[in-house]
Parts: sequence; structure tokens; C-alpha cells
Amino acid sequence: MTLLENKPADIPAPREITTKPRVSDKIFRGVVTAGGLSSLVILGFILIFLAYQGYDVLKAQGFGFITGSAWNVFTDESGNIDYTQTKFGIAAMLIGTILCATIAVVIAVPISVLTALYLSFYAPATVKKFMIAIIDLMAAFPSVLFGIWGFFVLMPSAEYWAKLLHKYLGFLPFFDMQVPVYTRSPFIAGVVLAIMIIPIVTSISREIFGQTPLDRIQAAYALGATRWSMIKAVVIPYGRSGVVGGAMLGLGRAMGETVAVYTVLNIVYQINWQVLLGAGGNVASMILLKFGEAGTGEIKALMAAGLVLFLLTLVVNSIADLIVKSTGAKGR
Amino acid sequence: MDKTATKPSSLSDVAAAKQKKSPGAQSLGVGLEARGVHAWFSGKHVLDGISLDFWSGTVTALIGPSGCGKSTFIRTLNRMHEFIPGAQMAGEVLLDGKDIYESGTDVTKIRLKVGMVFQKPNPFPSMSIAENVLSGLKLAELKVADKDALLEDCLERAGLWSEVKDRLNAHGGSLSGGQQQRLCIARSLAVKPQVLLMDEPCSALDPGSTLKIEETISHLSSSMTIIIVTHNMQQAARVSDYTAFFLSDGGPGSMIEVGPTSEIFSRPRDTRTENYVTGRFG
Ligand SMILES: Nc1ncnc2c1ncn2[C@@H]1O[C@H](COP(=O)(O)OP(=O)(O)OP(=O)(O)O)[C@@H](O)[C@H]1O
Ligand SMILES: [Mg+2]
Repeated sequence: MTLLENKPADIPAPREITTKPRVSDKIFRGVVTAGGLSSLVILGFILIFLAYQGYDVLKAQGFGFITGSAWNVFTDESGNIDYTQTKFGIAAMLIGTILCATIAVVIAVPISVLTALYLSFYAPATVKKFMIAIIDLMAAFPSVLFGIWGFFVLMPSAEYWAKLLHKYLGFLPFFDMQVPVYTRSPFIAGVVLAIMIIPIVTSISREIFGQTPLDRIQAAYALGATRWSMIKAVVIPYGRSGVVGGAMLGLGRAMGETVAVYTVLNIVYQINWQVLLGAGGNVASMILLKFGEAGTGEIKALMAAGLVLFLLTLVVNSIADLIVKSTGAKGR
Repeated sequence: MDKTATKPSSLSDVAAAKQKKSPGAQSLGVGLEARGVHAWFSGKHVLDGISLDFWSGTVTALIGPSGCGKSTFIRTLNRMHEFIPGAQMAGEVLLDGKDIYESGTDVTKIRLKVGMVFQKPNPFPSMSIAENVLSGLKLAELKVADKDALLEDCLERAGLWSEVKDRLNAHGGSLSGGQQQRLCIARSLAVKPQVLLMDEPCSALDPGSTLKIEETISHLSSSMTIIIVTHNMQQAARVSDYTAFFLSDGGPGSMIEVGPTSEIFSRPRDTRTENYVTGRFG
């Protein structure tokens, strides 16, 4: 302390530490930076394109674009959109997007985590190899096939489950319904999406469980832990943040899924919170539905819808990031 | 493997040595006995028929050059050996006269009775100091009437109580390395093991912490069996009642000699032991 007071001049400013990189290092650095930036640039261009295309519609509709649910197009003689009468609103689709994706995550995450735990700690080596191959294959499966399978195979049996849910949990507003139309509901779309995202959530969870430090696992076993109590005390605290990250990746995929939802879901422009009722929507599949027959003006509205979906995904990912960060520190 | 199942010479040595055990040390009438223990890693033979008895209330030091199989041996004593893929063993390990490898044995119960402290301190980072100490109860699904008393008792016996009593809810990782190791010892004590295996518990620690842990070992040895692997000859001489010398001549490791520590260090019978303890090789 006295030293500091007596001779302030002796305390130097912190040195700036630099290293002169080698040429090969510089080149590699350039390549990596270019690669990293290019994905950012492409994403930026897509965003700008969507914003540019959708600007007119967003300006004309204002907040009504995300709070309204009507989609009525009126054009004048020359084919231009008549904004005095036309209504573009995607509220029903946004809510449907979140609803279907949430159902998917709620169903997929427990199954994935249990599968990952089974593969990491219980499965015999041969079963493990075989199942990992199958799960990887599932991840590469085209989504239209999931949709078709969902339509023809899942729908009839899911109807049975939906009826059970309604019968026993009908007092919950989500599972309530007035009209008994059980097919093509957000619930069934959510189940199809769940099956689609199980592979990715399982892979990420398995990866993170596999990284649990061996010395902690051994410490638990040396204390007389059973396998399950070891998993609870060591593996889950260690892997929790990674599993949340995987779940969020799955959520993102479920929110953006187009064809599978298009195949299964009955797209209706009306906000519907009753997940068992055969009416719903999803921004991506609505874009697909409208894209074929849309005129230039309507296409702009679809671009605007794409922009909103993009931003919604961004927001969800940021929230996920916060969750991962806040659960991350503990248990590591 | 049966033909090498026992090596009577070393057994009778220990039996003779037991007579000379200093008075005052109590024998609780339980014990751990290794009978002709062999071990393999992926078919590679690394332990050659080790037979060794450990009595309650004694500290046995295992010494020998690196790679002679000391760690492998103590890991066969609480069935941690089998966690390594490709690991095999032969022979018997008797705890209170019962073979712990017998089919139908509840291996979690064995590990409760034969605790282990590892070379690297490994507290659970997601748990507080108190939770770490009591983690064994949760892991093994044991019930205890007075957790606070147990917590204090274990930390006291591990020589850590005075240092952490004001911050029991701090993270286990917030302690120094030596404190973490004593926390790990306290954690093993909470499930009340009969035997405590320690694999180079002080190798990552400063002399001060080492001394603390050695004191802890001396305190504990009155109530349990302790088996400690160490590369530190002075430590073996300070803490142990018996010393066993292991050696591998390129092939599987075997036990060359066992006896009261004072004898092993002052007048070993085997010249290889003498060379090792006097620092001429190893
Ligand atoms: N996981 C493993 N896989 C294959 N071989 C192993 C494994 N662990 C140990 N070994 C081999 O078994 C032999 C005994 O190893 P061990 O760790 O028991 O020696 P050690 O006496 O504890 O040595 P140190 O004093 O260095 O800790 C060595 O030859 C080692 O190479
Ligand atoms: Mg070792």
C-alpha cells in the first residue's frame, strides 16, 4: 500500500501483448474468417431481401399484420393490391407455429433424453451402434415422408389418443373442444414434428452425456451409487445446459418446418388454441400453400410473413441462449 | 488361474506381522483379504496373483515403481476395476469372509463398505460443500437421522471442519486442492465404510495439505482399514503399519514383499525391495 502511494510513477501501464503470426497462420486465419463471415453475409442478404420485399405490405398493414388473422386479397383492374380493402394478418399462423413447435418439444425432449441416457449408460455395444445408425438415418429423412406417414399412419391412431386426452384432460382449455373434428389438428402436426426433431435432440444429448468427466462418474460409483442415482447426481447436472441447447435447436427446426406440417395440418385462418381441433396453421406451411397461386402483391405479403418468422426464430434462439447461459455455470 | 491362487509365504508374513502390531490399536474382527488376484487389460496380464490381508485398524501402504499395478490392485478391491472396458480379473477378494465377486453380490453395497479416495480431488461441482459430504447418502439412498451431526463429524474427522464451518453452502470447487481432497475424504466417510482405499491421495498437494491428510489417516485408522498407494517413502513410513512392495519386471506386476513398515524400511528381506526403498532404482 505504501509502495503504491509513495512511488506511483513506478507502476507501469499494462503492456500490450502481441505476437507476429506466421504466414501460414495468416493464410489460414483469412480462410477461416472468410468462411465464418460468408454465412453471416448470406444470412444478412436474406434478411435484407425479405425486409425489402415485405416493406410495402408491413407499412400498409402496420401492427395488424401480426395481430390480425384475415387474409383477403383485393386487386384493382391493373392487378395491383388495393390496400383499402385487402387484409393481411398472420396472427393465427404465428400462434399455430408456436403451438405446434411447443407440442413437438414437449413430446420430443423427454423421449430424446431417455433415449440418450439409454444409449450412453445402458445399451449393450451392438444395440448402441445399431440405434445410433438408425437415429442418424432418421435425421436425414425427407420431411415430406414424415408428413405422409403422419397423414396415413399416425392420424388414425393419434385420433384415439386425442380423444383420450379430450376425455380425461378436457377441463384444461388446451384440450377442450366444441366440434369433434380430431383429424389434421395441431396436436397431430406436433407429434409429427416431435418425431422429426427426436434425432437431433437425441444426438446432442448423447454427445453431451458422453462428455461427463469420468472421475466424477467414478466418484459417484465409489460412494455406492446405483446407475440411476449416479446419472441424477452427475450426468444430468453436467448435461442440463447442453440438453436445453439441443431442445432449442429442435424448437427452431420445428418452427421452420414446412412440408410436414403442410401435409398433416388443416390450415385455417383463425386463432385456435384448442390443440386437438382440426384447424391451425404455421407460417412456413402457409407460405408454401399461398406461394403457387399468389400474384406479385401477395408474394410481398408472404415475404413479410417470412421476415416475421425469421425474427421470431431469432427471438426464440436468443431466449434459448439466455437459458443455456443461466443453467450452464452450475454443474460444470 | 487356481494354481497361483495363494502365496502362503506372504500370508504368513502378514500373520506374523500382525502379532507385532503395536498395542492399543483395536481389531474390529473384520477384514479384507485378496486371494490370488490377477488382472488383465484387453488381454494384457498386469497383476500376477496378489494375496494380501488387511486387518481392521491398520494402515497398509502399497509402494512400487510406476506401472507395477498398484492402482489396478486397489481398484479390484472395491470392484472399480470392471468399469474399464476390456478389464478382467481372477482370484477372490473376501470382505468379512465373503467373496465380493460372487455372482448375486450387490456391488453398490460393496462400494459402500469399501470406499475410495482418488488421486485427483473430484468433488461434485454442482453441489455445495455440505451437499458434497452428504452426497453418498443420496447416491446410495441411505437414511440418516441427524444430517448436521454427520456433516460435522465427517468434516471434523477429515480435518476440514474448522476451515469450512462458516461456508458450508459454498461450492465444492471453491476450495483449494488440498481442501478439496479432504472434502473427498469427508465424503467417503459419510457412508461409514469399513475400508478406505486411497490412491496417491497427496500426489497433487502441497506439503502442508499432505501433512493434514496424513494426520487424518492416523485418526481414521483406529476405526477402519486403510490401504494407501504412495510414491512417497517418507509418507509410507509415517502413516502405515504395514508396507507391501509391488514390482513388475516387464511382465505382470507381483508383490515382492510385505511386512511391518519398520521392517520393510530397515531390513527388507529382498534385495529388490531394499534397492527400491533406499532409492537405488524405481
Ligand atoms: N485403462 C487401462 N488400459 C490398459 N492398460 C492399463 C490401463 N490402466 C493401467 N494399465 C496398465 O496396467 C499396468 C498397471 O497400471 P497401474 O495403473 O495399476 O500402475 P500403478 O502401479 O498404479 O502405476 P503409477 O504408480 O504410475 O500410478 C500398466 O502396465 C498400465 O500400462
Ligand atoms: Mg496408479
